[in-house]
Amino acid sequence: MARPAGDGSTAAERPASFEQLLSAREIVVTCGSGGVGKTTTAAALGAMAAAELGGKVLVLTVDPARRLASALGLERFGNVEVRVDDALFHAAGVEPRGELWAAMLDTKESWDALVRMHAPDDQTRDSILANPLYQNVTGKFVQSHDYIAMERLYEIHASGRYDLIIVDTPPTRNALDFLEAPERMADFFSSRLLRWLIAPYRSRLVTVASKPFYRVADAILGAQFLADIAEFFILFQTMYDGFVERARSVERLLADRRTSFVVVSTLESAPVAEAEYFIEALSSRKFTLGGVVLNKVLPGYLLDDDAADVAARMANDAASLAGSLVQLGAVPDASSDMVARVLAEVGESFLNYRVVASREAEQRTELARVPEVVASAPYFDSDIFDLAGLLDMGRVIWR
Amino acid sequence: MTTVDLLDRRLLFVTGKGGVGKTTVAAALALVAASQGRRVLLCEVDAKGNAADLLECGPAGFTPIEASPGVSLMAMDTEDSLKEYLSLQLRLPLIARVGPLAKTFDFVATAAPGVKEILTVGKLCWEVRERNWDLVVVDAPASGHVVGQLAAPEAINELVKVGRVRDQTRWMIDILADPDTTGAVIVSAPEEMPVAETVELAARIRAETQVDLAAVVVNRVLPELFGRGEQELFEALCEPEAAQRLAEVAHGPVGPILDAARLAITLRRTRAGHLERLRDELADSVPMMYVPYLFTRSFGMRATRTVADSLAAELGY
Repeated sequence: MARPAGDGSTAAERPASFEQLLSAREIVVTCGSGGVGKTTTAAALGAMAAAELGGKVLVLTVDPARRLASALGLERFGNVEVRVDDALFHAAGVEPRGELWAAMLDTKESWDALVRMHAPDDQTRDSILANPLYQNVTGKFVQSHDYIAMERLYEIHASGRYDLIIVDTPPTRNALDFLEAPERMADFFSSRLLRWLIAPYRSRLVTVASKPFYRVADAILGAQFLADIAEFFILFQTMYDGFVERARSVERLLADRRTSFVVVSTLESAPVAEAEYFIEALSSRKFTLGGVVLNKVLPGYLLDDDAADVAARMANDAASLAGSLVQLGAVPDASSDMVARVLAEVGESFLNYRVVASREAEQRTELARVPEVVASAPYFDSDIFDLAGLLDMGRVIWR
Repeated sequence: MTTVDLLDRRLLFVTGKGGVGKTTVAAALALVAASQGRRVLLCEVDAKGNAADLLECGPAGFTPIEASPGVSLMAMDTEDSLKEYLSLQLRLPLIARVGPLAKTFDFVATAAPGVKEILTVGKLCWEVRERNWDLVVVDAPASGHVVGQLAAPEAINELVKVGRVRDQTRWMIDILADPDTTGAVIVSAPEEMPVAETVELAARIRAETQVDLAAVVVNRVLPELFGRGEQELFEALCEPEAAQRLAEVAHGPVGPILDAARLAITLRRTRAGHLERLRDELADSVPMMYVPYLFTRSFGMRATRTVADSLAAELGY
């Protein structure tokens, strides 16, 4: 959709549609609270970009709950990028101009690959990979997921294999962790605490400064565990420069104009609150908000006041309406009672959904001050479970 | 297996996919338990403060506040949890507790895997063991994170060979692994992704933790619009001529109303399919409860009570 003429000078810089946004970016990160259809939106945008814009488009999901596979109609996929079969586009009646690829982040595999890349020698590499703490950090706990996700994004982007990468993030609070992960990782590796920790195991000398720390840490964790941690980080320090540099690069990439964030929300109050929180967080970090997708929006006709009056009459006065209808012969072969039940049910249902639609309209006003591209997608007749469905949704928000 | 009723346990972790109404169900379970005369602590772990809104009480911190009769509310804070632990268990001199603690905590939490998780689970288990709550209801993290939390004591136990933490993890595991004491409740919704995630989460809780899967609560179940034969009648009413007549007798537009009914039917039908799949996968192995979709103006105490009433009915109270 072109902006109307005389709309001001910002039209050239600010894309007016997702079509424009996606054709002008290399990385698009979708974020928002859980259950709003973030993954589906990411996949729908990816499918549209591959179909309409051409080039190689990758949808990368970093969510530990493997949602994208089913939305893309793929049986399963992992750390290695796989191409979505063109036949699926053809089945949806579309001749794609480009290629659609998908990948899911496997934390453990990605960490292993990173260690292999940065380890100074084979022995260090093997010691790290075999360290019990390393296996736990990478396999079981979530914080490591955020960092490695960003790292992987950076790696894929730097490879130049794709024209556009669309990244689906975990729900909001995590997505913030995720944005801050590179910074935290860099801070951590340059922290004094890490040096305190490692120092005694290197020099067998506990400095005056680190003594209180050791009393606490020893008492809580036990000496053996501390030794394990220390070994792990001493080994890891050999990769220090590589890591910090990478973390900084990832940070720069996120703040770069080539990267844009798309906030996805429904019009329920909690997701809207999170969307607002997120929009603010993006701007305070100087990241670019490219657009907002409002998903599963109820149809506007629910707000029609005349219809609401009729619905109220149907709900409250069903018997007499039904009587008139039967008399008019409008519904042959139906008893007046049954017609009344159906009318009452239909009227009440309208009023019920109208309550929800009014709630949504109010939330929408809340979000109205967001100046970026805002697109709404309705509830679809059935769930989106294949590429055709993704393209249907994509078309609604595309222009 | 256990024969203990859901609310007769001491510790319930309420989890599920983000956005399905986890906090609402946790708060409602707390209300039901309190209405049965139990002293309940409701603890928000991923504190967003939503529970306070749902119970219409002031914001809660690490120290519990009375949110409604019989229900106290607290928000987990791992740093406070560490402070409490240090002062209770180690009796460290004040300087060690206050001075470098923030930094130490940052370090410990970032570097040592599972420390935040263990401080959370540890605090919850401690409330169960030491305080006289009848029931602690946890508004636990969403699917992806809860498993790591529930499995943390064991993971630490494997990792840490000696030291105080290892001693501590043993009694936590005893509490968590006892199905008469502890249970996980997965909140789901009759939609595609929540159902898929619920099935996956149920499998992971069983495989990777020792916590008993106590119940699945299906939230936002849409009402069936029509009974037998009524669907056909509705279709007949949608025929242009009948709709025209209806508009005449009702003195106004009926198109939007019929469209809205069609939308309601479609949504209901799609969801019924998902619900069936969830039942097929889980109903044999875990009790399921159903909460209807709320067509309410806002989400405060009234809405939470409505959910609580549905749950109470499902639990046979």
